[in-house]
Amino acid sequence: MHTPTTPDRHLSREESAGYDRKVIDYIRNAAAHGLYEIRGLGAKRALPHFDDLVFLAGSASRYPLEGYREKCSTKTVLGTRYASKPVVLDIPITFAGMSFGSLSARVKEALGRAATELGTSTTTGDGGMTQEERQSSKTLVYQCLPSRYGFNPDDLRRADAIEVVIGQGAKPGGGGMLLGQKVNPRVAKMRTLPEGIDQRSACRHPDWTGPDDLAIKIEELREITDWEKPIYVKVGATRTYNDVKLAVHSGADVIVVDGMQGGTAATQTVFIEHVGIPTLAAVRQAVEALEEMDMRGKVQLIVSGGIRTGADVAKALALGADAVSIGQGALFAMGCNGERWFRDGVHHDATADYAAIGTAPGFCHHCHTGRCPVGITTQDAILEQRLDPLVAARHLRNYFKTMTMELTTVARACGKSNVHHLEREDLVALTIEAAAMAKLPLAGTNWIPGVTGG
Amino acid sequence: MDRLTAATVDATARTFDLAHATVRELNQFLHRELPSTAVRRVTVENPGGRHAIAAGLDAPVEVDVRGHGGYYLAGMNQHAHVTVHGNVGWGVAENMMSGSVRVKGFASEAAGASGHGGTLVIEGDASLRCGISMKGIDIVVGGSIGNYSAFMAQAGRLVVCGDAGDALGDSLYEAVIYVRGRVKSLGADAREEPMTDADFAAVAELLGRAGFDHAPSEFRRIASARGLYHWNAEADQEY
Ligand SMILES: Cc1cc2nc3c(=O)[nH]c(=O)nc-3n(C[C@H](O)[C@H](O)[C@H](O)COP(=O)(O)O)c2cc1C
Ligand code: SF4
Repeated sequence: MHTPTTPDRHLSREESAGYDRKVIDYIRNAAAHGLYEIRGLGAKRALPHFDDLVFLAGSASRYPLEGYREKCSTKTVLGTRYASKPVVLDIPITFAGMSFGSLSARVKEALGRAATELGTSTTTGDGGMTQEERQSSKTLVYQCLPSRYGFNPDDLRRADAIEVVIGQGAKPGGGGMLLGQKVNPRVAKMRTLPEGIDQRSACRHPDWTGPDDLAIKIEELREITDWEKPIYVKVGATRTYNDVKLAVHSGADVIVVDGMQGGTAATQTVFIEHVGIPTLAAVRQAVEALEEMDMRGKVQLIVSGGIRTGADVAKALALGADAVSIGQGALFAMGCNGERWFRDGVHHDATADYAAIGTAPGFCHHCHTGRCPVGITTQDAILEQRLDPLVAARHLRNYFKTMTMELTTVARACGKSNVHHLEREDLVALTIEAAAMAKLPLAGTNWIPGVTGG
Repeated sequence: MDRLTAATVDATARTFDLAHATVRELNQFLHRELPSTAVRRVTVENPGGRHAIAAGLDAPVEVDVRGHGGYYLAGMNQHAHVTVHGNVGWGVAENMMSGSVRVKGFASEAAGASGHGGTLVIEGDASLRCGISMKGIDIVVGGSIGNYSAFMAQAGRLVVCGDAGDALGDSLYEAVIYVRGRVKSLGADAREEPMTDADFAAVAELLGRAGFDHAPSEFRRIASARGLYHWNAEADQEY
């Protein structure tokens, strides 16, 4: 019997570590097509992450709060620096910006409904604001991206906050893409593009380049909206320490740092897996930058990229984030990679549709094709019907509620009556890598690699 | 203060002197108070190169800026008609939706960037990236334009009475460029195409709007070869 712990003794069947089947498959694909792979979702490889941290809860030296009786606040305020109308949320977990175009209008509606019930925010994306989303989402953040697709002052004034997107964790330094299958008449019209083209868009903003220009751009956005709305600046995690300092200098109210695990609807795989740094390393750099500028609590920090559970949220907050945002997790909650879709009380098997695009439930990252088997990342009139906005909204609400309960459970165990009181001292690391990146002691030691001696 | 007296006499006109008032006060008036007044003409004195002057207008008002403006003058304009009696910095009339903006002097980088509508006239030269990412705006430049102009321009028309710099119309979508002078180089996927009667008529109309009297026959048409609209054609083949 072959067990994984017994090495294969047949040398004639030894798989190469450097050229394993995955690498061979990559090379053969490249040779056949002469084109890089484009796909959806985020980095698939194992990375140092929040899983490599654990909480030190209350015991004798600190006492915990009673789980069901003592209050634990989750209220979150974003944009207190300059905006006259900061964003006030009931929970520190928000929905990340995902474009109409990558997602169907029904999904945007589901996100908006869920967010409104939960007292949190949604964010538009590359492609502009849809009526569905504005109507369903009480607190809507409007993205200003390099492409400026569908960007207009009426929507700007209708928004509750503005997010200037410099980069995304899945592709720092890269522009947007939307393959032709998804550029249907409505998407094409909103983006001022010919129908059915493979859309490529700019990686830099058209009307500013450096941080000094950005400061003037932000001033313009504030002037146009009469200094009411918080202005967020979103960066993909790379030189996070410097980028956060520059964003503060540019006048941001809120900084969004998106780590390399962050999802996407369509990006070159080489970007997804090889560009940017893990969220864990980025949060620490961002917090250090804010602390050095004495901006903790004045400029809020939102962290994203691979936030999946209440534990991840709690760890991000303990490391110094004010809130998190979630993309891929929301897709999974709505049925992404599930075997079935559900309508009118009946489950329908989707496995054949996964097979048709060359994948299977559990492995799918085919958002770029527009043929989403469960009707999430599609613009196809038939496929999009597979997602019922009300059912999807319920799933999203349950998912976010679960995470919020996990978050407050951990916070109470650490003795905090407010989730924002979680702190670095509540955490230790399980691996040397995580300890070094997060600058936390390795569990059971006082050792912080690169900071303290042996 | 003669001007103040004049303003009180003529209820349809109002002057802001930025030597004393702030851009915030000017814009606040234009956004919030103007619609409920009879004011139809606003004069901005001593603009002093300040940024975001008259940005975010949303009413059919005439604004005269008597001097130089900084970045994003008349940014995102809707319905208003703005004239600048001087030069402007980056991104004049960026993302304009409707109305018009006329610059009597020169414009710095990214003039009319991502504009969705309206008309931008620059009587002098425009610097780099003029008309970048334009989405339906019409831009007429009396002088020459700098490198990388009309990069990824999606819709609208850019008329250049002088010369164009390097990489004109790089990665163009459906916007059309008309140039009278020399083009230093065309960008990826931009090509010269024959002028049709519709092109001559369009140029004549745009020159008329801008008040320039060159002959449309002197212009050449640059548009997208559409070679970048789809990824590598070999993509889905098997060998
Ligand atoms: C389907 C999809 C579409 C996205 N579209 C955008 C977008 O238009 N603009 C943007 O800034 N980020 C976009 N993102 C990235 C998210 O805003 C966010 O940074 C990321 O999803 C967070 O990481 P997570 O997916 O691991 O939660 C998209 C992500 C997904 C999964
Ligand atoms: S199931 Fe749909 S949303 Fe999920 S990865 Fe596949 S195509 Fe994308």
